[in-house]
Amino acid sequence: MSQVTMTVNGKTASGDVEGRTLLSQFLRENLNLTGTHVGCDTSQCGACVVHVNGEAVKSCTMLAAEADGADVATIEGQANADGSLNTIQQAFQDHHGLQCGFCTPGMVMSAAALLKDNPKPSEAEIRDYLEGNICRCTGYHNIVKAIMAASGQDVSAIAAE
Amino acid sequence: MPKDSGIGASPKRREDVRFLTGNGNYTDDINVHGQAYVHFLRADVAHATINGLDTSAAEAMPGVVKIFTGDDFAEVGGIPCGWGVTDRHGEPQQEPKHPIIAHGKIRHVGEIVAAVVADSLEQARDAAEAIELDLSDLPAVVNMKSAAEDGATKVHDDLTSNVCYDWVFGNGEDDAMEAAFASAAHVTTLELVNNRLVANPMEPRVAIGEHNKSNDEYTLYTTSQNPHVIRLLMCAFVLGLPEHKVRVVAPDVGGGFGSKIFHYAEEAFCTHAAKACGRAVKWSSTRSEAFISDAHGRDHLTTIDLALDADNNFTALRTRTHANMGAYLSTFSTSVPTYLHGTLMAGNYKTPLIQVNVKSLFTNTVPVDAYRGAGRPEATYSIERVIDKAARELGVDPIALRRQNFVTEFPYETPVALTYDTGDYHGTMDKLEAAADISGFAARRAESEAKGKLRGLGVNCYIEACGIAPSNVVGMLGARAGLYDAATVRVNATGSISVFVGAHSHGQGHETAFPQVVAEMIGIDESMIDIVHGDTGRVPFGMGTYGSRSIAVCGSAMVRATEKIIAKAKKIAAHLLEASDADIELKDGVFTVAGTEKSIDWGSVTLTAYVPANYPLDELEPGLEETAFYDPANFTYPAGAYACEVEIDPETGKVTVERFAAADDFGNIINPMIVDGQVHGGIGQGIGQALLENCVYDEDGQLLSASYMDYAMPRADDVPFYAVDHSSQTPCTHNPLGVKGCGEAGAIGSPPAVVNAVIDALQSGGHDITHIDMPVSPSRVWAAMNG
Ligand code: FES
Ligand code: FES
Repeated sequence: MSQVTMTVNGKTASGDVEGRTLLSQFLRENLNLTGTHVGCDTSQCGACVVHVNGEAVKSCTMLAAEADGADVATIEGQANADGSLNTIQQAFQDHHGLQCGFCTPGMVMSAAALLKDNPKPSEAEIRDYLEGNICRCTGYHNIVKAIMAASGQDVSAIAAE
Repeated sequence: MPKDSGIGASPKRREDVRFLTGNGNYTDDINVHGQAYVHFLRADVAHATINGLDTSAAEAMPGVVKIFTGDDFAEVGGIPCGWGVTDRHGEPQQEPKHPIIAHGKIRHVGEIVAAVVADSLEQARDAAEAIELDLSDLPAVVNMKSAAEDGATKVHDDLTSNVCYDWVFGNGEDDAMEAAFASAAHVTTLELVNNRLVANPMEPRVAIGEHNKSNDEYTLYTTSQNPHVIRLLMCAFVLGLPEHKVRVVAPDVGGGFGSKIFHYAEEAFCTHAAKACGRAVKWSSTRSEAFISDAHGRDHLTTIDLALDADNNFTALRTRTHANMGAYLSTFSTSVPTYLHGTLMAGNYKTPLIQVNVKSLFTNTVPVDAYRGAGRPEATYSIERVIDKAARELGVDPIALRRQNFVTEFPYETPVALTYDTGDYHGTMDKLEAAADISGFAARRAESEAKGKLRGLGVNCYIEACGIAPSNVVGMLGARAGLYDAATVRVNATGSISVFVGAHSHGQGHETAFPQVVAEMIGIDESMIDIVHGDTGRVPFGMGTYGSRSIAVCGSAMVRATEKIIAKAKKIAAHLLEASDADIELKDGVFTVAGTEKSIDWGSVTLTAYVPANYPLDELEPGLEETAFYDPANFTYPAGAYACEVEIDPETGKVTVERFAAADDFGNIINPMIVDGQVHGGIGQGIGQALLENCVYDEDGQLLSASYMDYAMPRADDVPFYAVDHSSQTPCTHNPLGVKGCGEAGAIGSPPAVVNAVIDALQSGGHDITHIDMPVSPSRVWAAMNG
């Protein structure tokens, strides 16, 4: 066991971890931040995406010890200060970009990372960027639409709600 | 003007806020004080005799609480099968015991061989490695055709063969079929594979068992689509526990698609082990475990023959199918290739003679059961592919051939035992032709060809039967469960309402859509109504969510219960307004005496029900709570027409879906936004089946496609935007909302559209290719083009 300390959603958090403890495990089990989901064991699904020092990271592929001293952001810290949904979250609700909600935290965190680097991505760029995020429910239609809307693009011409 | 509330409106989903902020409450997010963890040692061979199992070294490992083997469960029941099919000779299906932990023999890779409960998951895993297993390998039965042969190795020694049943259905007696095919002007035959799939909801399964020593009550938290069904099966058939001592909770569930209907060994194990270990026991599946322990879907081999007369009318249809059951019978496995598949073989067409033959087989593979659509996608794929092939052979337009053979008069009794109550297949096809811009296809093909690509258009229809019912009929056909649903409407003194529903929402948005109905009936704001689901300790009863049944069956129960509430509330209002209850009208949440100004609002009436100072106590009980059970009179029959356009790169064989359009008739619609989302998701899965997904076993019964590295899930860049139209609406004639259900349509209607488009593209390039099996991968396409 060793001690790790990191900033998570703006607050200092520390805990004892084994060498093999994953960041996803540390967030879920030590910090009870269960919004970060684990959907696979081959780093393919993206349900576990968080930001580490501003970069999107699959938290199931990173050891908690590697995040020692880092600045970590999870889905729990994404809402506006007054508790209302942020622009991306609101676009997901407005455009029905989620069904069961299991992939959603990873989708929102990935979308945030994409829009930081590319504020007006095209449909093709969004689809390409989401290659590492699997959703089984939505057929991706409304996820892509929500991300386009969150980036200020007019999505009214895209079929359906 | 679209409505902004009530039936037909698209309010934003209220459940989204918790999911978008990380506040969902999925089963794996639950931890019970003092819980231990179980790791299952799973078979890594497909077929073997267990000679010995030595757990002594493992038991001595740190943190180990208890180790369980097949011996510990030899005395309890096996996992039951919920449908008994009678074969063509009147014999019952062969039904082997389905043990919680393998006993004496291993029958598929992934079967539980031992269970280690320890203080931590890591300790349980480490200890499992110290278990010594002495096995004698047996030849694995993997291929269905060889499983069916005389003298094949048997998966179950105590059965007569690997054939679960050999079932024949339809009005076509052998002689009549022979005559119809002999006199046909044209016969089209197709052999096809409905590829084996893994449902893959993004949330892996989880089970937590808890036992309370003080009152001997159990709680099972589980990722289920139907907690009451799990409680019934586990208590009555497996563990022999009294139902009133067991509470099953299925909180937020991250998708199901059928795979979370079934009662699984892990659920019974955790419940049993909680008492045996004296502490709660938690199991969280990894994705790798899910691939070898969640029930798989589809896996049919079919030969289908279509007979046509000289005017291209369909005269007879015959199918012979091998259906894989896997090593054991999962909960609804036997009904999928029979009553959910054979009964759909009429499709949207008035073919007068139909014969369906299904042989279901045991193999040394993971059990196979319902996956989104369950039997209906297999039926649709066979029918719509053979019709397409017939159209190409005859040189007629595939849409025209379909239209010519549509059922146009309702009710229509099919040759395969269903009665379609309503539909408008021409009208729905008209919507599709517009939504898909079929008239613009030629120009788009020319553009693709100018880029050196082949472009194809595939069109097909589908019909499905949802909300399986009525219980007395399906009971005669072998169903061992009732197929009604239940709802309790509890009105509080202040007028707010909790509706306890037997349906379970795991992505379908019930928490938003169901209140729209009650709000519309009473005329109050949706925010005053909450849905409670997923907990046998709170919801009186219910059969859960599958087969697109939630709004059609449970929604109908909710309407009936709300009608009882309104009737009683009117009596109270009549008393308060000193009028006859027959004269009371309810509109916008206000009770009025017809033709007068006298009125009283909803909240005053509900308060009076609980503070009955001025109340007809001699005639009416206080309180305002009503329950209804609803058993539908018939199935519902959603139907539609789908169109897909693909481009094929002749250099690589890669197929790209360029456009996809769906026109569905779901009857009346409660929330169009949610309905569109259901269709999108189904299409995504259907494109996955058609182009990408495939479960592959080697000849030793090893699953080769056992992770997301090898099992190709559809990703965002594999699919286009979809054009979805559900303005063709013929309301269901026998339920109070006129709804039909929409959850499975997309997955049923889309695979043949994709494959039809691929064949169209290839033939447009001069390739004499009439069929490619799913998944239509680049290597298969390339081989067909260059073979
Ligand atoms: S859980 Fe991290 S990628 Fe799947
Ligand atoms: S919303 Fe269910 S997996 Fe994406």
